[in-house]
Amino acid sequence: MSTRLATPGRLIDRNKPLNFTFNGKNMRGYAGDTLASALLANDQMLVGRSFKYHRPRGIVASGAEEPNALVNLGRDGRFEPNQRVTTTELFEGLEAQSQNHWPSLEFDVGAINKHLSRFLPAGFYYKMFMYPRAFWKHVYEPVIRHSAGLGKAPKSRDEDSYEHFYAFCDVLVVGGGVAGLQAALTAGRTGARVILFEQTDHWGGRAPVDGGMVDGAPVDNYVDETLAALKLMDNVQIRLRTMGAGVYDHGYVLGYERLSDHAPDQAGPRHRLWRVRAAQVITATGAIERPLSFAGNDIPGVMLASALRDYVVNYGVSVGDRTVVVTNNDNAYLTAITLKKAGLDVPVILDARVLPEDRGLVAQARALGIRVLMGHAVSSVMGGKRVTGVKICSQAGEGSVLEEIPCDAIAMSGGWSPVVHLWSHCGGKLRWDSATACFAPDVDNPPKGADGMGFVTPAGAAAGVFALDDVLHDAHAAAEGAATCLDFKLPRDVTSPTAERREESPMAPVWMMPQGASAKLREKSWLDYQNDVKVSDVRLAAQEGFVSVEHAKRYTTLGMATDQGKLSNINGLATLAGALDKDIPSVGTTTFRPPYHPISLASIAGEAKGHIFQPIRRTPMHDWHAANGAEFEPVGQWRRPYAYKRGLESTHDAVMREVTNTREKLGLLDASTLGKLIVKGPDAGRFLDMMYTNMMSTLKIGKCRYGLMCSENGFLIDDGVVARIDEDTWLCHTTTGGAETIHAHMEEWLQTEWWDWNVYVANVTEQYAQVAVVGPNARKALEKLGGMDVSKEALGFMEWVDGTLGGFKVRVYRISFSGELSYEIAVDAGYGQAFWDALLAVGTELGAMPYGTECLHILRAEKGFIMIGDETDGTVIPQDLGLGWAISKKKTDYLGKRAQERSHMTDPDRWKLVGLETVDKSTLPDGAYAVGEGTNANGQRNMIGRVTSTYHSPTLGRGIAMGLVLNGPERMGEILSFPGTDGKDYEAKIVNPVFYDLEGEKQNV
Amino acid sequence: MLNIHCPNCGVTAEETEFHAHGEAHLKRFGPGSTDDQFESYLFMRKNPKGVHFERWRHQNGCGKWFHVARCTMTLEVFGSYSAQTYTPPQEIIEKIQHRRPDWSAEAEAS
Repeated sequence: MSTRLATPGRLIDRNKPLNFTFNGKNMRGYAGDTLASALLANDQMLVGRSFKYHRPRGIVASGAEEPNALVNLGRDGRFEPNQRVTTTELFEGLEAQSQNHWPSLEFDVGAINKHLSRFLPAGFYYKMFMYPRAFWKHVYEPVIRHSAGLGKAPKSRDEDSYEHFYAFCDVLVVGGGVAGLQAALTAGRTGARVILFEQTDHWGGRAPVDGGMVDGAPVDNYVDETLAALKLMDNVQIRLRTMGAGVYDHGYVLGYERLSDHAPDQAGPRHRLWRVRAAQVITATGAIERPLSFAGNDIPGVMLASALRDYVVNYGVSVGDRTVVVTNNDNAYLTAITLKKAGLDVPVILDARVLPEDRGLVAQARALGIRVLMGHAVSSVMGGKRVTGVKICSQAGEGSVLEEIPCDAIAMSGGWSPVVHLWSHCGGKLRWDSATACFAPDVDNPPKGADGMGFVTPAGAAAGVFALDDVLHDAHAAAEGAATCLDFKLPRDVTSPTAERREESPMAPVWMMPQGASAKLREKSWLDYQNDVKVSDVRLAAQEGFVSVEHAKRYTTLGMATDQGKLSNINGLATLAGALDKDIPSVGTTTFRPPYHPISLASIAGEAKGHIFQPIRRTPMHDWHAANGAEFEPVGQWRRPYAYKRGLESTHDAVMREVTNTREKLGLLDASTLGKLIVKGPDAGRFLDMMYTNMMSTLKIGKCRYGLMCSENGFLIDDGVVARIDEDTWLCHTTTGGAETIHAHMEEWLQTEWWDWNVYVANVTEQYAQVAVVGPNARKALEKLGGMDVSKEALGFMEWVDGTLGGFKVRVYRISFSGELSYEIAVDAGYGQAFWDALLAVGTELGAMPYGTECLHILRAEKGFIMIGDETDGTVIPQDLGLGWAISKKKTDYLGKRAQERSHMTDPDRWKLVGLETVDKSTLPDGAYAVGEGTNANGQRNMIGRVTSTYHSPTLGRGIAMGLVLNGPERMGEILSFPGTDGKDYEAKIVNPVFYDLEGEKQNV
Repeated sequence: MLNIHCPNCGVTAEETEFHAHGEAHLKRFGPGSTDDQFESYLFMRKNPKGVHFERWRHQNGCGKWFHVARCTMTLEVFGSYSAQTYTPPQEIIEKIQHRRPDWSAEAEAS
């Protein structure tokens, strides 16, 4: 069993006990524990089930590379699935639940899958679920959905807050082990601005666990002294619990700081995303130990040798009383020696190598009386939910059992892989180092920055340098090199510290154990613990032709779990190389992509959520609308009243009332959101002639003209009324959503094509409040305000004039988007509310009511006016909409003119705008398609038109619609069929799109 | 995320402050042009693995347009320059040739 030892743990404080629960069971740990060490101290080795076979799984590692031990953490607004117990710091009251099992962790029905494993090989999903086709939707998918997935999705809203942090530095060091500390110190001494990130809650990495002497003192002292020196440097900033998540172009690095995961009651944000621009980056990210591939290597109790050592030294926790060590390198001997010195039993060390002589740690182990078997391997592990023993064999053979040794833990080490993720994220290349059998950064091919020079330097174990002395020298040199690139100089007397060297025998690559393992053993040899990928699966993939490492990965799902193959990748591709009879470098690696370790989505969102996700734009009259029953709808970033509800009436009833009132009496519309662009200069007229399809240069001062704007592709992008203000000034109204994009569109052409034209464009949308005063009583209302002549004679249709109304300085445009007598009146934005109030006051006895955007839509649809975004969708040209009258025939050029001459644009079969009138007066469904004769190649009915706008018109007492229909204008009176998604067929007659006041008499009074 | 320099306002800032708008130095063809000319102007774009001249706008800054010479493979930026030019200025061409001796403006044009 695993238990807490009497020996002290480096990182725990036995005076601070903490209570926590696992699957509802009360447990105890200490401050400084990770959830992993605390679970082990409570003999909780079984922590989860694997993804596919639901095999019992225990803790394998002690850090971010852990593949098995994922739990649901917390509850309600603080519930979070898939949290690694090895990176979760213990706190008082922590609640954890194991995942991926049913009904319980101890007894899991899904485990039946392991007996079916013969039928669930690599690529099983692709082979099995193809046929019969209908089975996917009704049988396979529901079953898979029930059984797949690790943690539960949270149901409550996240209670915590998150933030972004911007930082700039000369040298960013990622990793706070001895390499990172030394690199930060050296870089700091050059005077460079340095930031140092460490992902865990302590400094020094694994050097203090593994021991060693630096400049004649224990490495612990070196860590303390270096840290003290860094803290005294003003130009160095250091952060614990901050992981370097990704390295991106031009020295952009994301750091992920976990501020209160370990202290949920602490005020402030939970996570902070650091967005760093670093001139140089040093990756001192260490290395990860590799598992060995032997049968039963996934049984709880089989662990990385270094992890076992970490639990003893850092947390005073032993994983088992009798630990068998199996290795292909010297490093794992440290574990055996550590365990032995802690008073625990190490019955045997199985070393796959055959060494000519005992040196260094091997000799030390033997001297401690530990049995060492050279050239030996694990044939298979005994046990189910816990290791009970190991069968040993010769590494050279096929697995014949030589001896059975009872034990309750196995420490395995297949060598070390440098953490090259951050080096690789932005294009750093790798080289295969055959001496240590690992991929290490190829320093001649670093990620390149804006100047084309390398900006990342690996240091220490991350560079493939493992001996303590080498690590310190390498880190010192890396930092000096990085600082020198930036013209910082290291003082001459500063040199690297020196560590005592250990005698070491070379490791021997071992990709399968024993090397000739039978098929039966290979089926029990796990590569990827989380996704249940075994040696046999990768070999099958190779046999079936998945020879590229990227394809084999996806076919087998190797390395695709939440740990992204930190333990499995190298073993997997070595297995693939073996099956293909190729060498490892020629097979290559899969791509390393950020983040290094999962980061919270909330940290990426940062502050941008809820009401501050986007700025909201409000008109000067917004508060009045809100206080008077307005139901708002978003139009771009604006909020516009959709309708003003009175009493208990429904939204629909409110809209109907607003339409009728405007047609019969007086409606007021807040039109402030309409885009207003001033275009001014000697060449403004010429410029507008290019922007609009119609002629704007000939517009007379004091007059207005409706204009269309197309893209160079010929498609209609915006429309609005243009007013000529003076000799060289025009005011262009755009749609609400188009103000910024049309402004940008004009600027683009002025700056990049006609830069010699003298034109200035200003967006004055927010400078004015604009009110549309609409209806038969509109003129009376303005006359009551008084101050200027608004008679037909003084201010005709499509004219504008400056003046005063009720004491307000106004500009009045006599334009109409409703077909009624209508004035749009602009006042300075600051007077918007007062002017609105004044209009309501004089309007009361004239029946004035405000109306919203839906009423506006119905009014314009009754008149057959198009709406950008309804009648247009980026594929529609003005000619499709019967707007040929607004396209100048005289102009030699305008944006879109040449495109509109292309054969597809002049095709007589383009769908054209018509009105649609339902036969039974009902309302057509929005977006419905009209079907014609016959079927297309896919057996679907041919489509001959579609609805672009559809409303119930209270004026006409029926449903009205506009649509684009094949040969529409030539088919007046024909009845089309529109199948709805509700299963009903809607019939509508093709009519003129102007449903109301065809002659325009109402607006012309 | 690239770091981009705006030659109009002098600011060097993150890519999110800017917006890329594709190939630079296009010649506009309007009415009177052939279908081939118009097609080439409207749709055909170079997609080199290497040196590329691009249009950028300082969208969340000064709002002005400019050009950037950049390597699409390494993301190296050779320089930013005025949008009011028909061809890359000599100074930019020299910068590119300094870093990419095999590259020539003549080969680029053909």
